[in-house]
This record gives sequence, structure tokens and C-alpha cells, in this order.
Amino acid sequence: MSKIEEILSRYREGSHENLIPILQDVQEFEGYLSENAIVSIGRFLHMSTTKIYGLATFYDRFRFIPEGRIHLRICNGTTCFINGSGGVAAAVKEVLGIEPGQTTRDGRFSYELTACMGGCNEGPVIYVNGKYSTHIRPDDIPEMIAKLKALPDLK
Amino acid sequence: MKQKTETGMKEFLIREVLLHASDTLPVDTEKRLSEIRRDKPSVPVIYVASGSAAIIAGSTAAAAAAKLYVEEMGIRGEVVLTGCHGPAAFEPVMCVHLPGKNKLVFRNITEDKVESLLNGVFHNDMPEEDLVGQSGNLGFEAWHDIPFIDDIPFFRLQKRVVLGNCGCYDPESIEEYIARGGYRVFLKTIRNYTHEEVCDIVERSGLRGRSGGGFNTGLKWKYALNSASDNRYLICNAKESDPGSYADRSVLEGDPHRLIEGICIAAYAIGASSAIIYLKAGSPHPLARLRKALAAAAEYGITGHNILSSGFNLEIVIREEAGAFVCGEETALIASLEGKRGMPELKPPYPTSSGLYGKPTVINNVETLMNVPLIMSHGPEWFRAMGTEGSKGTKLFFLGGRGRLTGLIEVEMGTTFRTITEGIADGIKDGKAFKTLQIGGPSGTFITEKNLDLPVDYDLLSENGIAMGSGGLIIIDETTCLVDFVRYYMAFIHRESCGKCIPCREGTGRMLEILENIVRKPLSEDSNATLERFKGVMQLETIAAVMKDTSLCGLGQTAPNPFISALANYREEFEEHIFDRRCRANVCRGLRTFSIDVEKCTGCTVCASKCPVNAIYGTRLQPFFIVEDKCIGCGICYDVCKFSAVTVK
Repeated sequence: MSKIEEILSRYREGSHENLIPILQDVQEFEGYLSENAIVSIGRFLHMSTTKIYGLATFYDRFRFIPEGRIHLRICNGTTCFINGSGGVAAAVKEVLGIEPGQTTRDGRFSYELTACMGGCNEGPVIYVNGKYSTHIRPDDIPEMIAKLKALPDLK
Repeated sequence: MKQKTETGMKEFLIREVLLHASDTLPVDTEKRLSEIRRDKPSVPVIYVASGSAAIIAGSTAAAAAAKLYVEEMGIRGEVVLTGCHGPAAFEPVMCVHLPGKNKLVFRNITEDKVESLLNGVFHNDMPEEDLVGQSGNLGFEAWHDIPFIDDIPFFRLQKRVVLGNCGCYDPESIEEYIARGGYRVFLKTIRNYTHEEVCDIVERSGLRGRSGGGFNTGLKWKYALNSASDNRYLICNAKESDPGSYADRSVLEGDPHRLIEGICIAAYAIGASSAIIYLKAGSPHPLARLRKALAAAAEYGITGHNILSSGFNLEIVIREEAGAFVCGEETALIASLEGKRGMPELKPPYPTSSGLYGKPTVINNVETLMNVPLIMSHGPEWFRAMGTEGSKGTKLFFLGGRGRLTGLIEVEMGTTFRTITEGIADGIKDGKAFKTLQIGGPSGTFITEKNLDLPVDYDLLSENGIAMGSGGLIIIDETTCLVDFVRYYMAFIHRESCGKCIPCREGTGRMLEILENIVRKPLSEDSNATLERFKGVMQLETIAAVMKDTSLCGLGQTAPNPFISALANYREEFEEHIFDRRCRANVCRGLRTFSIDVEKCTGCTVCASKCPVNAIYGTRLQPFFIVEDKCIGCGICYDVCKFSAVTVK
């Protein structure tokens, strides 16, 4: 039994109301929603895949391409914003050459802008590799990403 | 062995405490509970805050360092992780309670400071610069020459009722919560009161929904209770849509069991046998806390089938939302729980008559439910005694922005906003001037300097055209550009608009476009673009009015609020941007120009090497200059120059 089937077996067949939790579970396991997974979910719930895509694209949290092996979460809550997270996000975009939600071609980096993480006094905050970096300025970004690039790549 | 004592503890707490028939417990029981509560510790206890704010500031490592210290020094002592105390500027907070003495509160104790701090405390060499104060308690010896934290304005001006437990105990320990009187109120409620009586008590207390609408909670419960149905649902809305607020999740982290108790009582009041906690996505720490707390409550038989032989059943589940601002709206939230796109529906029918799966459903906010156990335990009169004529009790705010002390605060209704900005927040960071206070997040309005004397009160605020919102409060100083700030909120709402009705979907898009035009760098001032910009500005107000009138749900109706309020109160800032092409706060990238002062520039080349677009030229050790056409206004040169040679205007 594949992992997707195992996830599905936790739910009742044809139960449309469980679509979001199923998608969340699958994404937690796969890191994104693959076409195969969506087809299996559709069979299990007796739903067309268009409907599933329609729902999944409505919500922010679902992604359809794998997350980068290094994923940056940049706080764009209101307080971080007035402390300059806009400039930080622009610097990350400049250095990585991708938009939020995209992944670099080598599959190494991706980033997203999030709502308040709760560290308002420390802003702007970036969460990467299980660690919070605080008081980030736009000119810290090239160095920070260079350091992340220098880490051994976990392929 | 350990397993055995834990089971013993569980049986003791259930049999001797929770199921004890009378209100007063026997002396022996009280004594044992006091030990669990660490009322009079016989060994030193070190409390380390571990809410999200503290974790971001580095409390996990600090707690590990404290544990290591206690082990290495061979001190018989305990390290306890607690929720957050509130002031984000003090995180990570560490408290040390020596036997017989008052508890000491220290601030900003990162990993590297732990050893010297604890050395100091244990060897009577108080590290004064890290000390906040002592927390006063009867029966303990006070420290000399150390201020009491209750005298510090940040704490003195608050009334911490809902936050009463936050920061005082280990939120992951159900034992401590029960020892603090927890869950007894719930069991008393289901034993002694009927569903109607509970609704009555809460209605009489005057508790109003804290999510923004301000509807009487008890009355709402009554509507649901009186709708004939075989099943009802209670939903706890922990969605907290405001991008700048962490209040609900913070209090949920600090005291998860009280929320669960509130949910239990509310579910009983409306006769619901299932409750759902709808939690914001991407909140790993609150989610973990909540899961642990729910598992513990189920193990103690406080939730589940036939709760402690009372005949009442309740199942509580957590559902993580999937990321849509609009799902904070009741009908959209229900649609999303049913596995549909979270789009709002027309009301009526209200969820209290036909909600989740067509059954009567009550949706309450975290803060509302946190108040319920307190009302049931102290009585409605106690609650009515706090606050103003129309608004009872207290209100939580997540104070963010540029205040010196920010974080989670709780004030009595009727406190003025001036007390909050000037007293609790203690003014503005870096000695800057106050500009405005923003309340209610992307749907909210601005509170100007002259309105600061308004009290926190639902009715008085709405008379002045201000909505209370759910608890986001942002202090804005002169370094923030309001046009840019309004654009940020509009960009947020535009991205989050569900697309069901046209005024909101298209209106937010057009408004964002126009606002972006205002802050964008002009390519040339004589082209058609200028005319278009002026035209757009004339239309902004019309679009805002149409959206307000014709949008389907609250999201669209309130989306233009920040703009309308900013334009009404700070019109000159908009005019400066439009006519003079100038941003007084020097925030709008497109409108600021940088230049290098030849007198001050030493030619160190730092700015030129950092410039992302290579717009800075010059020869080493000679003054550099910036090519204006190439400059994107990012301001990196301004930040990196050590000689303040880069100027902005």
C-alpha cells in the first residue's frame, strides 16, 4: 500500500467534507500536491480532478510544485512590514530570481511571505532551516543566501 | 515507577479534586494541590517563557542552557517552560523563584546570558541590567531595592484576567491547570445548571463576541439552543485573519486548557456534542500545544463519551485552515469546513439556525471562549463590574508596530487608547514622533491623535466610525508612510478576495492599481501616465464607496476602510505623493532619490559594492556618485554607509 493510499484509508470513501484535511495530509507527506495524488484522491472521493484543483488553488497553502530543499518563510505581518519586510522580500526575490511560491530551477530554494509569526519585536523575521533569524535588513540577504548555498545540498 | 506516580496523580486529581462534591476542598487536598502549583517551592524554580515570541527570540536554547546549568552545578532545582507574559520586547523572559523569596523577572535572557545570570542570582550578585523586577506575593520575603513589576506601567495599566494564567504555569501540564482550579467550573456547570441557565448567566454577564461584531454571546447561544435540531455544532474560531495579530494564538499557547474548558462549557450550553477548533494554518507552536492539551483532556475523561459519568458527550477536533483570509467570515468558514471553497453566503439564514451541515452552529472567537470559565466561576455580577455601560469585561490587544513595549496586552473596557500608546507601550521607539494608531487590521481604521482619548468601548467607538476589530493594534510613527501602508493592506485584501462578488474582486484590484501608481516612480511627467494617475485618484473615493455599499460580505464591505479613514484624516500625505511626488517618510521607493554628499564621502566603495543595480560609480578614495536613472531606490547604500554620506529626499 502506498503512502497516499494509507492516508486515504484514514478517511471515509466519498466523504467530500474531508477533502481539505486529505489534501493537507498529502501535502505534509509529499511536500506538494502531485497530479498522481490528486487523481487518487479524486477516485477515492468520487470527485472530478477539476473540482479538486478548483478548491486547492483557492487556498493559499496548497502548492503544486515541490518546495525547495531550503525554504524561507519571510514574515510579512503588519509590524514586520512597517519595519521593512517589503525591502527584505524584494532583496530575496532579486538574489534568488523567483517569486514567492516558486522554486528555483535546481530545486534548492523557495520562499513564501507569511502573516505574523508572533515575533513582532524582532522583526523583520525570517524562518529557515528550523531557525529564526531576526532584525533582518535587505543588505543582509545576499550574505545569508550565500551561506545557505554553501551548506551541503541534501538531494 | 514514574508511570505509577503519574497514574496516582491522575486518579487523585479526578477523584479528589474534579469529582469532589463541595466547593471547598479538604485541607490535605489543598496542600497537595499547592505543591503541584509550586506555591511555596522548596527548591529554586526557573521559569522560561516559551510562547512563539519567546521562541523567535531564542528561548529554546536559553531553557536548555538553564537545564544544563542546574544539572552541572548540582543544584536541586526545576526548569519550567511557561507561556508568554506579554511584553515582546522582554523576550526571552526568565523568572527565578528562590524558596521563601519573591519571584524575580529577568528580560532578554538569551542562551549566552543564562550562566552569568544564574550565577549572579545564586551568589547574591544581582545582574541589574537584565532585571525587570520582582513579582510581589504575600508570604514571601521581598528583595531590597528591586521594583515590583506591578508598578511598571506596562503591567500596572493592564487588567490581566483572561491572561491571568499566561506565564505562570506550564501550559502543557493539565495537572497544573487542574491544581489552579481548572475544569472544576465545567464539571460544576454540567452538574448544577441546565443548558438554558448557562446561556442566561452568560447573557446576563454582558459578554460580547470579541471577534469584532460585538454581539451578546449568551443571546447567540440561546438562538442556537432554541433552533430545533438533533445535533448542533460549536466552532472555535482561531483563524485570526489579521496579518498583524497574534493575540488569539498567543493566549492559546499560554493557556490552552482554559480555552478547552471554555469550549466545553459553551458546547454544553448549546447542547452540542461536537466542537471544532478552526486554527490558522502555519502556526506550528500553537498547534502542537493544542494537540497536547486536547490529548491530555481526553485522557482525563474531560472530553469524550459520558464525561466523568455526567451523561454529557463532547468530541473536540482541531481543523487547520488552508489559508484564506475570507474564511474568518462565518459562512465562508462553514463552507471551508464542509470541504468547499471558502466563499461567503448571504445571511440570513444565520449559522445559529442553519450552519455546518445545515445544523445550528455557534462560532465563537478564542478570546470570547476564554472568558466563559471565568464568568461561570465568579458569576455574571463579577464580570459586569468590569468595563463600561455597554461593554463589559476586558479586551485583549496585540500591540504591534513602533511602540517601545509591544506584545500581548489586556485592558479593562473603558481604558483610553492614550493610556495604551503612552502608558503601556511607553511611547515610540527611538524617540520618533507618534503619527497614528491603526485598529482592526486590513478592515480597520486609523485612530488619530485627537481621537486617542476615546475609550475601548464597542458603542462609543462605532459612534465615531471606528470598528473594534478582533484585537490588532498597530502603533505607527513618522517613519511609516500611510499611502504605502494603505497599499500594503489593499494588496493583502486583493490577494485574499474570494472572487465571488464583483465589487470586491474588481474593486480591490483597481484600488490597488491606483495606489501603486501613486507610489511608483514616474517614468516621465508629461506623458499620458500622469493624466491617468490623476484620473485614478479622482476615482479612488468612488470605488471605495461602491465597494462599501454593494459587496456581499464583510470582507468587501470593510476593505476600503483603511483607505477611507487615511484619506479623511491624513489627506495631505496623499496630496504630497500625488502632486509633489514626495514621500515625507522616505519610504516609497519610487519617490525617493538618493545622493552622496561629496564632503562626507571617503570613497570606501562599500555602497558601490552593495548596490544591486550598479548605479553607484566612482574611484577609490574619491567621492562617489549615484546615477539617478539607474537607481531603484532600495536604500541599501543609505543603510550601509558608515559616514552618513548618503542622503535621501
